[in-house]
Amino acid sequence: MAKLTIDDLKKIRERVQKETSLREGGDVVKITVHMGTCGIAAGARAVMDALLDEMSQTDRRDIKVITSGCMGMCSSEPNVTVELQGQPPVVYQHMDGNRMRQVFRRHVLKGEVQTDFALARVT
Amino acid sequence: MREMSLHIMDIVENALAAGATRIRLDISEDREKNRLEIIIADNGRGIPEEDPERLLDPFYTTRTTRRVGLGLSLFRETSRRCGGTFRIESGKGKGTRVAATFRLDHIDLPPMGDMAGTLAALIAGNPGVDFIYTHRAGDDTFELDTREIRKDLNGVDITHPRILKFISSSIRRSLKALRK
Repeated sequence: MAKLTIDDLKKIRERVQKETSLREGGDVVKITVHMGTCGIAAGARAVMDALLDEMSQTDRRDIKVITSGCMGMCSSEPNVTVELQGQPPVVYQHMDGNRMRQVFRRHVLKGEVQTDFALARVT
Repeated sequence: MREMSLHIMDIVENALAAGATRIRLDISEDREKNRLEIIIADNGRGIPEEDPERLLDPFYTTRTTRRVGLGLSLFRETSRRCGGTFRIESGKGKGTRVAATFRLDHIDLPPMGDMAGTLAALIAGNPGVDFIYTHRAGDDTFELDTREIRKDLNGVDITHPRILKFISSSIRRSLKALRK
């Protein structure tokens, strides 16, 4: 029976433990990938893949990623909502892997809202 | 849906929306019987159902954001198209269990697709939920249980990107070995 190799997992755990002190301040950014039937069919998983890959390339540990259901705007899926602490959430539409990478690098990391992809700012 | 793994992700999202904290996913590929079986069972709040057929009606949904619910109907349609069977059992407080079979050699059978990506996305987005994933192919079995992983992680966050990457790449590797 194949299982995850526990030894490898332990090695990674030890490495992660050494550097995980940055998170103490709590989450500063919340990113929601909408994963209803419509989102999934439109490519939300590829968006999530790209997002997780970007996350693994940064040392920031104050970014929280969650998934949620459909927002009711199925025709603009895949949708991603980015919420920086103290700022109104921004909903992005028609996302794909590359757009997600751009939103992550510019909006999430630098605070520049990518208005080209934005559907709305929720106030 | 272009891949089976996307159907699965979609049905699991239903379970999550029903407040499930433990989701079992069983996939078995039986070449001898020419059958693929996918079972998704959760411990969510279940659906108080007078008429289980209603759950498969695209115009039935519990959500309020839109008026159609396509996930289950699409999944059933895929199974039907591929000469399979489809069952859903649910009851208030008893969770929900969806079981679908497919003819493995059916020309319309969607590819399994990226199960590792599906699992990684589900784990990343739902850190409080346990996923128990078993994938059988012939006599070989691959098993992933986030309860065990969490234990081995000893307090380290399972959603840490590097941990997730490790999990998804080991799923990918193991499933590839399973298919040989």
